[in-house]
Amino acid sequence: MTPGVPRWLLAPAALGAAFVLLPLVAIVARVPWSDLGALVTSEASRDALLLSLRTSATSTVLCVLLGVPMAAVLARTSFPGQGVVRSLVLLPLVLPPVVGGLALLYTFGRRGLLGETLDVLGVQVAFSTAAVVMAQTFVALPFLVVSLEGALRTAGERYELVAATLGARPTTVLRRVTLPLVLPGLLSGAVLAFARALGEFGATVTFAGSLQGVTRTLPTEIYLLRETDVDGAVALSLVLVVVAVLVIGLATRRRAPLRGPS
Amino acid sequence: MTLRLEATVAARGLDVSLEVADGETVALLGPNGAGKSTVLGVAAGLLRPDTGRVTLDDHELTGRRVVPPHARRTALLAQDPLLFPHLTALDNVAFGPRSAGVRRGAARDRARGWLAEVDATDLAGRRPGELSGGQAQRVAIARALAAEPRLLLLDEPMAALDVAVTPALRQTLRRVLEGRTTVVVTHDVLDALLLADRVVVLDRGRVVEQGPAAEVLARPRSPFAARVAGLNMVSGRWSDGAVRSGGGRAVAGTPSGPALREGDPAVAVFRPRAVSVFREAPGGSPRTALPVVVTDLEPHGDQVRVRAGDLAADVTAHAAAELDLAPGSPVIFSIKATEVDVYPR
Repeated sequence: MTPGVPRWLLAPAALGAAFVLLPLVAIVARVPWSDLGALVTSEASRDALLLSLRTSATSTVLCVLLGVPMAAVLARTSFPGQGVVRSLVLLPLVLPPVVGGLALLYTFGRRGLLGETLDVLGVQVAFSTAAVVMAQTFVALPFLVVSLEGALRTAGERYELVAATLGARPTTVLRRVTLPLVLPGLLSGAVLAFARALGEFGATVTFAGSLQGVTRTLPTEIYLLRETDVDGAVALSLVLVVVAVLVIGLATRRRAPLRGPS
Repeated sequence: MTLRLEATVAARGLDVSLEVADGETVALLGPNGAGKSTVLGVAAGLLRPDTGRVTLDDHELTGRRVVPPHARRTALLAQDPLLFPHLTALDNVAFGPRSAGVRRGAARDRARGWLAEVDATDLAGRRPGELSGGQAQRVAIARALAAEPRLLLLDEPMAALDVAVTPALRQTLRRVLEGRTTVVVTHDVLDALLLADRVVVLDRGRVVEQGPAAEVLARPRSPFAARVAGLNMVSGRWSDGAVRSGGGRAVAGTPSGPALREGDPAVAVFRPRAVSVFREAPGGSPRTALPVVVTDLEPHGDQVRVRAGDLAADVTAHAAAELDLAPGSPVIFSIKATEVDVYPR
């Protein structure tokens, strides 16, 4: 028998679950099933969906390329001010996305910190598809770093030390021992980052704008449609709900245990 | 390869100087916290000594440029086999050759050879999670050997294993360590006797005793070596036919080896079986009588081992019952002078 919980806990727990699930039921109930195919495949919807998938996939790749080194440095080295760096790196987790978008604008925008330099080089970032990717990467990166750093700390350094005494150079250790050991953490971090990128709205609108086929991602399209075409907005929302459910399934799927004899 | 290691590590209170000759196996004995694993860490390059020097033949491993662990070729095998959980046993063993740049196929061929060497050929395809503790440690030995280390470091390789599998594994180790420069940390007298050519005893970060394994264990000079060998030891100075300790104990004995002069530091060593236990001091015999308080009783073969602090006596169960022994009982440990071996400390 499990120890269980006090019975009075069940009521607020059920209330909380209902609060989360009921809106989902409501939106699914509101879906115009008969027109669903047409709504989801309209040109604007298709553009938005493809753009979202493309940019989210790209920013997930960027998150992995930047986040793995960040997590490794945070988990495996110590340097002065590490705690501060860790907190600041995680800032986008708690920062309102609109503020993040503004911050990006004042960094990479035409009159931003690096904007003039980029302008001279003939690169204009703001209000381009690249800006969408940057906004998504900015908000999604901490998810990957947090998840991977936790996995690295849990895995510990013992296997890496053994690998070193067997003659493996640091790069070999990273490739053949460290990363395989934290692969589950890396995958769930990447899935979370992808989900966060897919849902990104505030920073994207602020930094990248809303140009169909270029910067108008699915959340932006839904936001715009909800005034003029409620059915379309709901249909597209369903697409995002389905993707979210899939992502949760992927991220929490039970994995085969990767452990030595205890 | 000859290992020379001099190191101080202030944080661990370590200050040792150690030499292991080419092809020699040295057992590092000592109580917990004596610094045994620290020595291995320094040799493997996992721990940087505050001062000191480590050389393997003519290769300087410390000094201005500290050689990192992966470039030392000093394989370390710990209590926990630490097989990489995501690789099969075969690929675990092939890890060292692969890291040295050998192609996958050739590395696996070598790995098969090493698995055969430790009688683990049939485990090649298994994942570490599917191996028993003893099997995993066999594979770990093969993995360490496959890296072709110039120096092999074993940190209590059998301490975590079931007693049923240790004899076979010890035989395997005995075979593969032959002719390899090895340092093995152990608590076990059998490991020291069967695996090691020489024993080095550490206590509180210092080398307190060293010599051929059989000699150290037969004539220990340090309390730890005496304990490992299952012998009683009283250390003090030789005076008037007895070794007199600082605590006021006097044990009469027969000096052997180099002659002892009055006041020389000496140890009196005797077997627990040579100790008779009395409730009251036996009168008028040329025996040593040590008043002690029983701290523990435990079965020991067909006898009862009576512990009194750092001394022990073996008596028959019948005698133990007759004497009504229990922890806290004040008794006399009595030893004949002819049963006590005395030699310089």
